[in-house]
Amino acid sequence: MAWVNAIIQGVLIGGLYALFACGLSLMFGVMKVVNLAHGDLAVVAGYLAIGVIAVIHIPVLWSFLIVVPLMALLGYVMQRTILQGALDRSVLTTLMVTFGLSVVIENGLLQFFTANSRAIGTGLALVTGSFTIGSQIQIGYLPLVIFLVAVVVLLGLQYFLSASRYGRLIRAVADDKEAAQLAGADYRHVFGIAAAIAFGTVALAGIAYGMYSQLAPTTGTDTILLFAFAAVVIGGLGSLWGTLLGGVVLGVAQQIGAQISLSDELLAGFIVFLAVLVLRPQGLISRGAQS
Amino acid sequence: MSENGGRPESRTPLLEVRDLVVHHGQLRALDGISLRVLPGEVYAIIGANGAGKSTLLRTIAGLHHPTEGSVLFDGTDVTGLRPERRAGQGIVMVPEGRRLFGSLSVEENLQVGAAYARQGPWTIERVYEMFDWMRERRKQLTAQLSGGEQQTVALGRALVANPRVLLLDELSLGLAPVVVQRIYGMLQQILATGLTVLLVEQDVSQALRVASRIQCLLEGRTTLEGRPADVTADQVEAAYFGLAGAAGASQPENGSEP
Repeated sequence: MAWVNAIIQGVLIGGLYALFACGLSLMFGVMKVVNLAHGDLAVVAGYLAIGVIAVIHIPVLWSFLIVVPLMALLGYVMQRTILQGALDRSVLTTLMVTFGLSVVIENGLLQFFTANSRAIGTGLALVTGSFTIGSQIQIGYLPLVIFLVAVVVLLGLQYFLSASRYGRLIRAVADDKEAAQLAGADYRHVFGIAAAIAFGTVALAGIAYGMYSQLAPTTGTDTILLFAFAAVVIGGLGSLWGTLLGGVVLGVAQQIGAQISLSDELLAGFIVFLAVLVLRPQGLISRGAQS
Repeated sequence: MSENGGRPESRTPLLEVRDLVVHHGQLRALDGISLRVLPGEVYAIIGANGAGKSTLLRTIAGLHHPTEGSVLFDGTDVTGLRPERRAGQGIVMVPEGRRLFGSLSVEENLQVGAAYARQGPWTIERVYEMFDWMRERRKQLTAQLSGGEQQTVALGRALVANPRVLLLDELSLGLAPVVVQRIYGMLQQILATGLTVLLVEQDVSQALRVASRIQCLLEGRTTLEGRPADVTADQVEAAYFGLAGAAGASQPENGSEP
Protein backbone atom coordinates (compact mmCIF):
# COMPACT_ATOMS: atom_id res chain seq x y z
CA MET A 1 0.00 0.00 0.00
CA ALA A 2 2.92 2.30 0.77
CA TRP A 3 4.05 1.83 -2.82
CA VAL A 4 0.67 2.76 -4.22
CA ASN A 5 0.78 5.82 -2.03
CA ALA A 6 4.23 6.73 -3.36
CA ILE A 7 3.02 6.42 -6.93
CA ILE A 8 -0.03 8.60 -6.27
CA GLN A 9 2.09 11.28 -4.61
CA GLY A 10 4.54 11.09 -7.51
CA VAL A 11 1.82 11.54 -10.11
CA LEU A 12 0.42 14.55 -8.26
CA ILE A 13 3.75 16.33 -7.89
CA GLY A 14 4.53 15.44 -11.52
CA GLY A 15 1.86 17.89 -12.60
CA LEU A 16 3.81 20.69 -10.95
CA TYR A 17 7.03 19.56 -12.65
CA ALA A 18 5.23 19.60 -15.98
CA LEU A 19 4.09 23.15 -15.25
CA PHE A 20 7.72 24.11 -14.61
CA ALA A 21 8.80 22.40 -17.79
CA CYS A 22 6.23 23.59 -20.34
CA GLY A 23 7.59 27.15 -20.52
CA LEU A 24 11.14 25.91 -20.90
CA SER A 25 10.03 23.60 -23.68
CA LEU A 26 7.98 26.32 -25.40
CA MET A 27 10.81 28.84 -25.42
CA PHE A 28 13.22 26.28 -26.79
CA GLY A 29 10.72 25.02 -29.35
CA VAL A 30 9.75 28.45 -30.65
CA MET A 31 12.80 30.69 -30.38
CA LYS A 32 15.55 28.10 -29.71
CA VAL A 33 16.32 29.85 -26.43
CA VAL A 34 17.48 27.57 -23.63
CA ASN A 35 16.44 29.75 -20.74
CA LEU A 36 18.88 28.99 -17.93
CA ALA A 37 17.11 31.58 -15.77
CA HIS A 38 13.81 29.71 -16.06
CA GLY A 39 13.92 28.33 -12.52
CA ASP A 40 14.99 31.65 -11.05
CA LEU A 41 11.97 33.29 -12.64
CA ALA A 42 9.78 30.86 -10.73
CA VAL A 43 11.51 31.90 -7.52
CA VAL A 44 11.13 35.59 -8.40
CA ALA A 45 7.40 34.99 -8.89
CA GLY A 46 7.24 33.28 -5.49
CA TYR A 47 9.01 36.19 -3.75
CA LEU A 48 6.81 38.64 -5.59
CA ALA A 49 3.76 36.80 -4.26
CA ILE A 50 5.16 36.88 -0.73
CA GLY A 51 5.79 40.60 -1.11
CA VAL A 52 2.37 41.34 -2.58
CA ILE A 53 0.61 39.38 0.17
CA ALA A 54 2.64 41.15 2.88
CA VAL A 55 2.29 44.64 1.50
CA ILE A 56 -1.32 44.87 0.36
CA HIS A 57 -2.75 42.18 2.66
CA ILE A 58 -4.69 40.16 0.13
CA PRO A 59 -5.66 36.50 0.49
CA VAL A 60 -2.86 34.19 -0.60
CA LEU A 61 -4.63 32.88 -3.69
CA TRP A 62 -5.27 36.38 -5.01
CA SER A 63 -1.54 36.83 -5.42
CA PHE A 64 -1.72 34.52 -8.45
CA LEU A 65 -4.00 36.99 -10.20
CA ILE A 66 -1.49 39.78 -9.73
CA VAL A 67 1.85 38.02 -10.09
CA VAL A 68 1.12 35.73 -13.05
CA PRO A 69 0.03 38.54 -15.43
CA LEU A 70 2.89 40.69 -14.17
CA MET A 71 5.41 37.96 -14.97
CA ALA A 72 3.81 37.38 -18.37
CA LEU A 73 4.23 41.06 -19.12
CA LEU A 74 7.83 40.89 -17.92
CA GLY A 75 8.31 37.93 -20.27
CA TYR A 76 7.06 39.89 -23.26
CA VAL A 77 9.27 42.89 -22.41
CA MET A 78 12.38 40.80 -21.76
CA GLN A 79 11.90 38.86 -24.98
CA ARG A 80 11.54 42.04 -27.01
CA THR A 81 14.62 43.59 -25.41
CA ILE A 82 17.53 41.58 -24.04
CA LEU A 83 16.56 38.11 -25.29
CA GLN A 84 15.85 39.35 -28.83
CA GLY A 85 19.09 41.31 -28.69
CA ALA A 86 20.93 38.13 -27.78
CA LEU A 87 19.12 36.12 -30.46
CA ASP A 88 20.09 38.68 -33.10
CA ARG A 89 23.72 37.90 -32.33
CA SER A 90 23.54 34.13 -32.06
CA VAL A 91 21.70 31.33 -30.33
CA LEU A 92 24.77 30.71 -28.18
CA THR A 93 24.64 34.28 -26.93
CA THR A 94 21.22 33.55 -25.43
CA LEU A 95 22.82 30.85 -23.28
CA MET A 96 25.29 33.34 -21.86
CA VAL A 97 22.66 36.03 -21.39
CA THR A 98 20.21 33.75 -19.58
CA PHE A 99 23.03 32.31 -17.49
CA GLY A 100 24.06 35.83 -16.52
CA LEU A 101 20.45 36.66 -15.76
CA SER A 102 20.26 33.63 -13.50
CA VAL A 103 23.35 34.73 -11.55
CA VAL A 104 22.03 38.28 -11.23
CA ILE A 105 18.61 37.14 -10.01
CA GLU A 106 20.00 34.71 -7.45
CA ASN A 107 22.45 37.20 -5.99
CA GLY A 108 19.87 39.96 -6.04
CA LEU A 109 17.50 37.76 -4.04
CA LEU A 110 20.30 36.82 -1.62
CA GLN A 111 21.18 40.45 -1.16
CA PHE A 112 17.67 41.69 -0.45
CA PHE A 113 15.94 38.69 1.11
CA THR A 114 18.86 36.76 2.74
CA ALA A 115 19.46 33.05 2.19
CA ASN A 116 16.56 32.02 4.43
CA SER A 117 13.92 29.94 2.78
CA ARG A 118 10.33 31.07 2.80
CA ALA A 119 7.00 29.39 2.27
CA ILE A 120 3.76 30.83 0.98
CA GLY A 121 0.41 30.46 2.71
CA THR A 122 1.55 28.37 5.68
CA GLY A 123 -1.39 27.56 7.89
CA LEU A 124 -3.91 27.76 5.07
CA ALA A 125 -6.43 24.92 5.19
CA LEU A 126 -5.70 24.20 1.54
CA VAL A 127 -2.00 23.82 2.28
CA THR A 128 -2.23 21.69 5.40
CA GLY A 129 -5.44 19.77 4.77
CA SER A 130 -5.71 16.29 3.36
CA PHE A 131 -8.08 13.39 3.07
CA THR A 132 -7.45 9.68 3.34
CA ILE A 133 -8.43 6.77 1.17
CA GLY A 134 -8.36 3.49 3.02
CA SER A 135 -5.88 3.35 5.82
CA GLN A 136 -2.58 4.35 4.25
CA ILE A 137 -3.20 6.62 1.30
CA GLN A 138 -3.28 10.21 2.34
CA ILE A 139 -3.83 12.84 -0.32
CA GLY A 140 -3.19 16.49 0.41
CA TYR A 141 -5.65 18.99 -1.00
CA LEU A 142 -2.81 21.17 -2.26
CA PRO A 143 -0.97 18.56 -4.39
CA LEU A 144 -4.32 17.48 -5.82
CA VAL A 145 -5.33 21.04 -6.68
CA ILE A 146 -1.91 21.79 -8.16
CA PHE A 147 -2.11 18.66 -10.29
CA LEU A 148 -5.57 19.57 -11.56
CA VAL A 149 -4.53 23.14 -12.28
CA ALA A 150 -1.46 21.89 -14.14
CA VAL A 151 -3.55 19.57 -16.30
CA VAL A 152 -6.05 22.34 -17.03
CA VAL A 153 -3.26 24.79 -17.92
CA LEU A 154 -1.56 22.27 -20.20
CA LEU A 155 -4.90 21.44 -21.85
CA GLY A 156 -5.59 25.13 -22.32
CA LEU A 157 -2.13 25.73 -23.74
CA GLN A 158 -2.52 22.78 -26.09
CA TYR A 159 -5.86 24.15 -27.28
CA PHE A 160 -4.42 27.64 -27.66
CA LEU A 161 -1.50 26.37 -29.76
CA SER A 162 -3.56 24.12 -31.99
CA ALA A 163 -6.72 26.14 -32.52
CA SER A 164 -6.18 29.85 -31.99
CA ARG A 165 -4.86 32.37 -34.46
CA TYR A 166 -1.85 33.27 -32.32
CA GLY A 167 -1.18 29.65 -31.50
CA ARG A 168 -1.01 28.93 -35.20
CA LEU A 169 1.35 31.85 -35.71
CA ILE A 170 3.56 30.61 -32.88
CA ARG A 171 3.84 27.22 -34.56
CA ALA A 172 4.42 28.81 -37.96
CA VAL A 173 7.19 31.04 -36.61
CA ALA A 174 8.75 28.05 -34.83
CA ASP A 175 8.82 26.21 -38.18
CA ASP A 176 10.19 29.02 -40.34
CA LYS A 177 10.30 32.58 -39.11
CA GLU A 178 11.38 33.99 -42.46
CA ALA A 179 8.42 32.42 -44.26
CA ALA A 180 6.17 33.77 -41.50
CA GLN A 181 7.57 37.24 -42.10
CA LEU A 182 6.73 36.91 -45.77
CA ALA A 183 3.16 36.18 -44.70
CA GLY A 184 3.13 39.46 -42.79
CA ALA A 185 3.82 38.15 -39.29
CA ASP A 186 6.19 40.11 -37.05
CA TYR A 187 8.07 37.18 -35.54
CA ARG A 188 9.50 39.34 -32.74
CA HIS A 189 5.98 40.03 -31.50
CA VAL A 190 5.11 36.32 -31.77
CA PHE A 191 8.28 35.47 -29.83
CA GLY A 192 7.16 37.95 -27.20
CA ILE A 193 3.81 36.21 -26.83
CA ALA A 194 5.51 32.82 -26.48
CA ALA A 195 7.81 34.27 -23.81
CA ALA A 196 4.81 35.77 -22.00
CA ILE A 197 3.19 32.34 -21.87
CA ALA A 198 6.43 30.76 -20.65
CA PHE A 199 6.94 33.36 -17.91
CA GLY A 200 3.28 33.19 -16.91
CA THR A 201 3.26 29.40 -16.53
CA VAL A 202 6.54 29.33 -14.64
CA ALA A 203 5.25 32.07 -12.32
CA LEU A 204 2.15 29.99 -11.60
CA ALA A 205 4.36 26.98 -10.91
CA GLY A 206 6.76 29.01 -8.77
CA ILE A 207 4.07 30.29 -6.42
CA ALA A 208 2.53 26.83 -6.24
CA TYR A 209 5.93 25.40 -5.33
CA GLY A 210 6.28 28.01 -2.62
CA MET A 211 3.03 26.71 -1.12
CA TYR A 212 3.89 23.05 -1.58
CA SER A 213 7.45 23.30 -0.30
CA GLN A 214 9.59 26.38 0.27
CA LEU A 215 11.64 28.81 -1.75
CA ALA A 216 15.17 30.08 -1.24
CA PRO A 217 17.21 32.25 -3.62
CA THR A 218 19.03 29.19 -4.99
CA THR A 219 15.96 26.96 -5.39
CA GLY A 220 15.62 28.15 -8.98
CA THR A 221 18.78 26.53 -10.28
CA ASP A 222 19.41 23.72 -7.84
CA THR A 223 15.88 22.34 -7.96
CA ILE A 224 13.37 23.86 -10.34
CA LEU A 225 15.54 24.25 -13.45
CA LEU A 226 16.93 20.72 -13.06
CA PHE A 227 13.48 19.19 -12.61
CA ALA A 228 12.16 21.16 -15.58
CA PHE A 229 15.01 19.97 -17.79
CA ALA A 230 14.54 16.39 -16.62
CA ALA A 231 10.80 16.50 -17.31
CA VAL A 232 11.37 17.94 -20.81
CA VAL A 233 14.02 15.36 -21.67
CA ILE A 234 12.05 12.40 -20.30
CA GLY A 235 8.85 13.45 -22.03
CA GLY A 236 10.35 14.59 -25.31
CA LEU A 237 10.63 18.09 -26.72
CA GLY A 238 7.81 19.65 -28.62
CA SER A 239 4.88 17.82 -27.08
CA LEU A 240 2.89 19.13 -24.13
CA TRP A 241 1.58 15.63 -23.40
CA GLY A 242 5.16 14.47 -23.38
CA THR A 243 5.99 17.20 -20.89
CA LEU A 244 3.14 16.12 -18.61
CA LEU A 245 4.22 12.50 -18.89
CA GLY A 246 7.84 13.52 -18.26
CA GLY A 247 6.84 15.41 -15.11
CA VAL A 248 4.77 12.49 -13.87
CA VAL A 249 7.51 9.92 -14.55
CA LEU A 250 10.03 12.12 -12.75
CA GLY A 251 7.68 12.62 -9.81
CA VAL A 252 6.88 8.91 -9.50
CA ALA A 253 10.56 7.94 -9.75
CA GLN A 254 11.41 10.40 -6.98
CA GLN A 255 8.66 9.18 -4.69
CA ILE A 256 9.57 5.54 -5.25
CA GLY A 257 13.19 6.44 -4.54
CA ALA A 258 12.12 8.16 -1.34
CA GLN A 259 10.15 5.05 -0.41
CA ILE A 260 13.30 2.96 -0.67
CA SER A 261 15.36 5.42 1.32
CA LEU A 262 14.72 9.11 1.92
CA SER A 263 18.14 10.07 0.59
CA ASP A 264 17.44 8.32 -2.73
CA GLU A 265 14.64 10.67 -3.77
CA LEU A 266 16.66 12.91 -6.11
CA LEU A 267 18.96 10.09 -7.19
CA ALA A 268 16.06 7.95 -8.41
CA GLY A 269 14.66 10.83 -10.46
CA PHE A 270 17.95 11.49 -12.19
CA ILE A 271 18.62 7.79 -12.82
CA VAL A 272 15.39 7.65 -14.80
CA PHE A 273 16.41 10.86 -16.56
CA LEU A 274 19.76 9.34 -17.57
CA ALA A 275 18.15 6.06 -18.57
CA VAL A 276 15.77 7.87 -20.93
CA LEU A 277 18.65 9.92 -22.32
CA VAL A 278 20.58 6.73 -23.11
CA LEU A 279 17.76 4.43 -24.23
CA ARG A 280 15.34 6.86 -25.84
CA PRO A 281 17.04 10.21 -26.41
CA GLN A 282 14.06 11.63 -28.31
CA GLY A 283 11.93 11.27 -25.16
CA LEU A 284 9.00 9.02 -24.36
CA ILE A 285 6.67 10.91 -26.69
CA SER A 286 8.60 12.21 -29.64
CA ARG A 287 7.66 15.04 -31.89
CA GLY A 288 4.82 14.63 -34.32
CA ALA A 289 1.91 14.53 -31.91
CA GLN A 290 1.72 18.29 -31.63
CA SER A 291 3.92 21.33 -31.33
CA MET B 1 -0.57 42.00 -71.90
CA SER B 2 1.52 45.04 -72.84
CA GLU B 3 0.84 44.77 -76.53
CA ASN B 4 0.00 48.44 -76.65
CA GLY B 5 3.24 49.11 -78.52
CA GLY B 6 3.79 52.32 -76.59
CA ARG B 7 6.82 53.00 -74.45
CA PRO B 8 6.11 51.30 -71.09
CA GLU B 9 8.39 53.83 -69.37
CA SER B 10 5.71 56.47 -69.78
CA ARG B 11 3.39 54.73 -67.26
CA THR B 12 3.96 54.74 -63.49
CA PRO B 13 5.54 51.50 -62.33
CA LEU B 14 3.98 49.61 -59.42
CA LEU B 15 7.37 48.32 -58.36
CA GLU B 16 10.63 50.00 -59.13
CA VAL B 17 14.18 49.06 -58.27
CA ARG B 18 16.89 51.67 -58.67
CA ASP B 19 20.62 50.89 -58.94
CA LEU B 20 20.49 48.11 -56.38
CA VAL B 21 23.80 46.91 -54.93
CA VAL B 22 23.69 44.00 -52.48
CA HIS B 23 26.62 42.34 -50.77
CA HIS B 24 26.81 38.88 -49.24
CA GLY B 25 29.79 39.52 -47.00
CA GLN B 26 32.59 40.45 -49.41
CA LEU B 27 30.77 39.18 -52.47
CA ARG B 28 28.99 41.75 -54.59
CA ALA B 29 25.89 39.71 -55.34
CA LEU B 30 24.02 42.48 -57.17
CA ASP B 31 25.78 45.28 -58.94
CA GLY B 32 23.57 48.16 -59.97
CA ILE B 33 20.33 46.43 -60.94
CA SER B 34 17.34 48.53 -62.00
CA LEU B 35 13.90 47.45 -63.09
CA ARG B 36 10.40 48.83 -63.47
CA VAL B 37 7.35 46.57 -63.18
CA LEU B 38 4.16 48.12 -64.52
CA PRO B 39 0.72 47.25 -63.11
CA GLY B 40 -0.58 44.03 -64.65
CA GLU B 41 2.79 43.13 -66.09
CA VAL B 42 4.54 39.77 -65.75
CA TYR B 43 8.21 40.53 -65.38
CA ALA B 44 10.66 37.64 -65.52
CA ILE B 45 14.22 37.63 -64.23
CA ILE B 46 16.22 34.86 -65.84
CA GLY B 47 19.79 33.78 -65.38
CA ALA B 48 22.01 30.89 -64.37
CA ASN B 49 22.72 29.68 -60.85
CA GLY B 50 24.38 32.34 -58.76
CA ALA B 51 23.45 35.17 -61.12
CA GLY B 52 21.79 37.03 -58.25
CA LYS B 53 18.15 36.41 -59.18
CA SER B 54 17.04 35.17 -55.80
CA THR B 55 19.04 37.85 -54.03
CA LEU B 56 17.19 40.47 -56.07
CA LEU B 57 13.81 39.04 -55.18
CA ARG B 58 14.70 38.61 -51.51
CA THR B 59 15.93 42.21 -51.37
CA ILE B 60 12.65 43.42 -52.84
CA ALA B 61 10.77 41.34 -50.23
CA GLY B 62 12.96 42.87 -47.51
CA LEU B 63 14.95 39.81 -46.48
CA HIS B 64 18.28 41.35 -47.57
CA HIS B 65 19.44 44.89 -47.03
CA PRO B 66 20.99 46.66 -50.00
CA THR B 67 24.29 48.50 -49.64
CA GLU B 68 23.15 51.02 -52.24
CA GLY B 69 20.07 51.76 -54.25
CA SER B 70 16.39 51.72 -53.38
CA VAL B 71 13.16 49.79 -53.78
CA LEU B 72 10.02 51.80 -54.53
CA PHE B 73 6.53 50.42 -54.26
CA ASP B 74 3.67 52.41 -55.72
CA GLY B 75 5.86 55.51 -55.68
CA THR B 76 6.99 55.30 -52.05
CA ASP B 77 10.40 54.19 -50.86
CA VAL B 78 10.13 50.88 -48.96
CA THR B 79 13.88 50.17 -48.76
CA GLY B 80 13.92 50.52 -44.97
CA LEU B 81 10.77 48.52 -44.26
CA ARG B 82 10.82 45.08 -42.65
CA PRO B 83 9.53 42.12 -44.71
CA GLU B 84 6.32 41.82 -42.69
CA ARG B 85 5.49 45.49 -43.31
CA ARG B 86 6.08 45.08 -47.03
CA ALA B 87 3.85 42.00 -47.05
CA GLY B 88 1.17 44.06 -45.37
CA GLN B 89 1.42 46.60 -48.18
CA GLY B 90 1.02 43.91 -50.81
CA ILE B 91 4.54 42.75 -51.73
CA VAL B 92 4.13 39.01 -51.21
CA MET B 93 6.73 36.40 -52.06
CA VAL B 94 6.64 32.68 -52.71
CA PRO B 95 10.12 31.82 -51.48
CA GLU B 96 12.54 29.47 -53.16
CA GLY B 97 12.07 25.87 -52.06
CA ARG B 98 8.43 26.54 -51.05
CA ARG B 99 9.20 26.93 -47.34
CA LEU B 100 5.84 25.65 -46.11
CA PHE B 101 5.25 25.37 -42.37
CA GLY B 102 6.02 21.69 -41.87
CA SER B 103 4.14 21.09 -38.64
CA LEU B 104 1.01 22.84 -39.91
CA SER B 105 -1.71 21.33 -42.04
CA VAL B 106 -2.48 22.53 -45.56
CA GLU B 107 -5.36 24.62 -44.29
CA GLU B 108 -3.31 26.10 -41.44
CA ASN B 109 -0.63 27.11 -43.93
CA LEU B 110 -3.29 29.00 -45.88
CA GLN B 111 -4.66 30.51 -42.65
CA VAL B 112 -1.23 31.86 -41.75
CA GLY B 113 -1.01 33.34 -45.24
CA ALA B 114 -4.39 35.01 -44.69
CA ALA B 115 -3.63 36.18 -41.13
CA TYR B 116 -2.44 39.63 -42.19
CA ALA B 117 -4.14 39.69 -45.59
CA ARG B 118 -5.20 42.83 -47.37
CA GLN B 119 -8.78 43.17 -48.57
CA GLY B 120 -9.15 41.58 -51.96
CA PRO B 121 -10.59 38.88 -54.17
CA TRP B 122 -8.56 35.95 -52.82
CA THR B 123 -9.86 33.85 -49.96
CA ILE B 124 -9.05 30.35 -48.77
CA GLU B 125 -12.39 29.29 -50.23
CA ARG B 126 -11.39 30.63 -53.65
CA VAL B 127 -8.08 28.78 -53.49
CA TYR B 128 -10.02 25.57 -52.75
CA GLU B 129 -12.29 26.25 -55.72
CA MET B 130 -9.30 26.67 -57.98
CA PHE B 131 -7.49 23.59 -56.69
CA ASP B 132 -10.21 21.20 -55.61
CA TRP B 133 -7.86 18.43 -54.39
CA MET B 134 -6.67 20.82 -51.69
CA ARG B 135 -10.05 20.91 -49.94
CA GLU B 136 -10.08 17.14 -49.49
CA ARG B 137 -6.55 17.11 -48.15
CA ARG B 138 -6.70 20.29 -46.09
CA LYS B 139 -6.15 18.44 -42.79
CA GLN B 140 -2.95 16.76 -43.98
CA LEU B 141 0.52 17.92 -43.08
CA THR B 142 2.30 19.46 -46.05
CA ALA B 143 5.13 16.92 -45.79
CA GLN B 144 2.66 14.29 -47.05
CA LEU B 145 2.16 16.19 -50.31
CA SER B 146 4.17 15.81 -53.50
CA GLY B 147 6.55 18.56 -54.59
CA GLY B 148 4.10 19.97 -57.10
CA GLU B 149 1.28 19.96 -54.57
CA GLN B 150 3.50 21.70 -52.04
CA GLN B 151 4.35 24.35 -54.60
CA THR B 152 0.63 24.86 -55.23
CA VAL B 153 -0.01 25.30 -51.49
CA ALA B 154 2.88 27.79 -51.33
CA LEU B 155 1.27 29.67 -54.21
CA GLY B 156 -2.10 29.56 -52.45
CA ARG B 157 -0.58 30.80 -49.20
CA ALA B 158 0.74 33.85 -51.06
CA LEU B 159 -2.48 34.47 -53.00
CA VAL B 160 -4.73 34.58 -49.91
CA ALA B 161 -2.68 37.55 -48.69
CA ASN B 162 -4.09 39.38 -51.74
CA PRO B 163 -0.79 40.60 -53.15
CA ARG B 164 -0.55 43.72 -55.27
CA VAL B 165 2.69 42.34 -56.64
CA LEU B 166 3.50 38.66 -56.37
CA LEU B 167 7.16 37.64 -56.23
CA LEU B 168 7.78 34.08 -57.40
CA ASP B 169 11.17 32.56 -56.69
CA GLU B 170 11.96 29.54 -58.88
CA LEU B 171 8.58 27.82 -59.07
CA SER B 172 10.14 25.02 -61.11
CA LEU B 173 12.94 24.21 -58.66
CA GLY B 174 13.22 20.51 -57.91
CA LEU B 175 10.09 19.57 -59.83
CA ALA B 176 9.70 17.11 -62.69
CA PRO B 177 9.20 18.72 -66.13
CA VAL B 178 5.59 17.49 -66.32
CA VAL B 179 4.84 19.09 -62.96
CA VAL B 180 6.52 22.31 -64.01
CA GLN B 181 4.25 22.38 -67.08
CA ARG B 182 1.22 21.96 -64.83
CA ILE B 183 2.35 24.65 -62.35
CA TYR B 184 2.89 27.13 -65.14
CA GLY B 185 -0.46 26.19 -66.60
CA MET B 186 -2.06 27.15 -63.28
CA LEU B 187 0.02 30.28 -63.14
CA GLN B 188 -1.43 31.41 -66.45
CA GLN B 189 -4.91 30.99 -65.01
CA ILE B 190 -3.92 33.18 -62.09
CA LEU B 191 -2.24 35.75 -64.33
CA ALA B 192 -5.48 36.07 -66.25
CA THR B 193 -6.88 37.87 -63.19
CA GLY B 194 -4.53 40.76 -63.94
CA LEU B 195 -2.12 40.19 -61.08
CA THR B 196 1.25 41.93 -61.28
CA VAL B 197 4.05 39.38 -61.04
CA LEU B 198 7.81 39.51 -60.75
CA LEU B 199 9.23 36.05 -61.20
CA VAL B 200 12.65 34.53 -61.11
CA GLU B 201 13.25 31.44 -63.19
CA GLN B 202 16.12 29.27 -64.26
CA ASP B 203 13.91 27.50 -66.75
CA VAL B 204 14.06 30.06 -69.54
CA SER B 205 11.41 28.52 -71.80
CA GLN B 206 8.78 28.72 -69.03
CA ALA B 207 9.72 32.29 -68.24
CA LEU B 208 9.51 33.36 -71.87
CA ARG B 209 6.08 31.76 -72.17
CA VAL B 210 4.42 33.79 -69.44
CA ALA B 211 6.47 36.99 -69.29
CA SER B 212 5.57 40.29 -70.85
CA ARG B 213 9.06 41.58 -70.10
CA ILE B 214 12.32 39.85 -69.25
CA GLN B 215 15.65 40.77 -67.77
CA CYS B 216 18.66 38.49 -67.81
CA LEU B 217 21.21 38.60 -65.00
CA LEU B 218 24.77 37.36 -65.08
CA GLU B 219 27.02 37.61 -62.02
CA GLY B 220 24.93 40.38 -60.53
CA ARG B 221 24.71 42.52 -63.63
CA THR B 222 22.02 43.02 -66.26
CA THR B 223 22.99 41.47 -69.58
CA LEU B 224 19.70 41.74 -71.45
CA GLU B 225 16.38 43.46 -71.06
CA GLY B 226 13.34 43.61 -73.26
CA ARG B 227 10.06 42.07 -74.34
CA PRO B 228 10.20 38.36 -75.21
CA ALA B 229 9.03 39.13 -78.75
CA ASP B 230 11.88 41.55 -79.29
CA VAL B 231 14.77 39.31 -78.25
CA THR B 232 16.15 36.41 -80.24
CA ALA B 233 17.05 33.01 -78.86
CA ASP B 234 20.70 33.72 -79.62
CA GLN B 235 20.63 36.96 -77.66
CA VAL B 236 19.06 35.19 -74.68
CA GLU B 237 21.60 32.40 -74.81
CA ALA B 238 24.51 34.79 -75.01
CA ALA B 239 23.15 36.88 -72.14
CA TYR B 240 22.41 33.78 -70.06
CA PHE B 241 25.85 32.21 -70.36
CA GLY B 242 27.85 35.38 -70.87
CA LEU B 243 29.36 34.14 -74.11
CA ALA B 244 29.54 36.58 -76.97
CA GLY B 245 28.31 34.82 -80.12
CA ALA B 246 27.67 31.53 -78.41
CA ALA B 247 24.95 30.39 -80.78
CA GLY B 248 24.77 26.62 -80.77
CA ALA B 249 28.06 26.28 -78.96
CA SER B 250 26.86 25.49 -75.48
CA GLN B 251 25.07 22.72 -73.65
CA PRO B 252 22.14 24.13 -71.65
CA GLU B 253 22.62 22.78 -68.14
CA ASN B 254 18.97 22.80 -67.20
CA GLY B 255 17.75 20.91 -70.20
CA SER B 256 15.58 23.70 -71.57
CA GLU B 257 16.41 25.53 -74.70
CA PRO B 258 15.92 29.27 -74.70
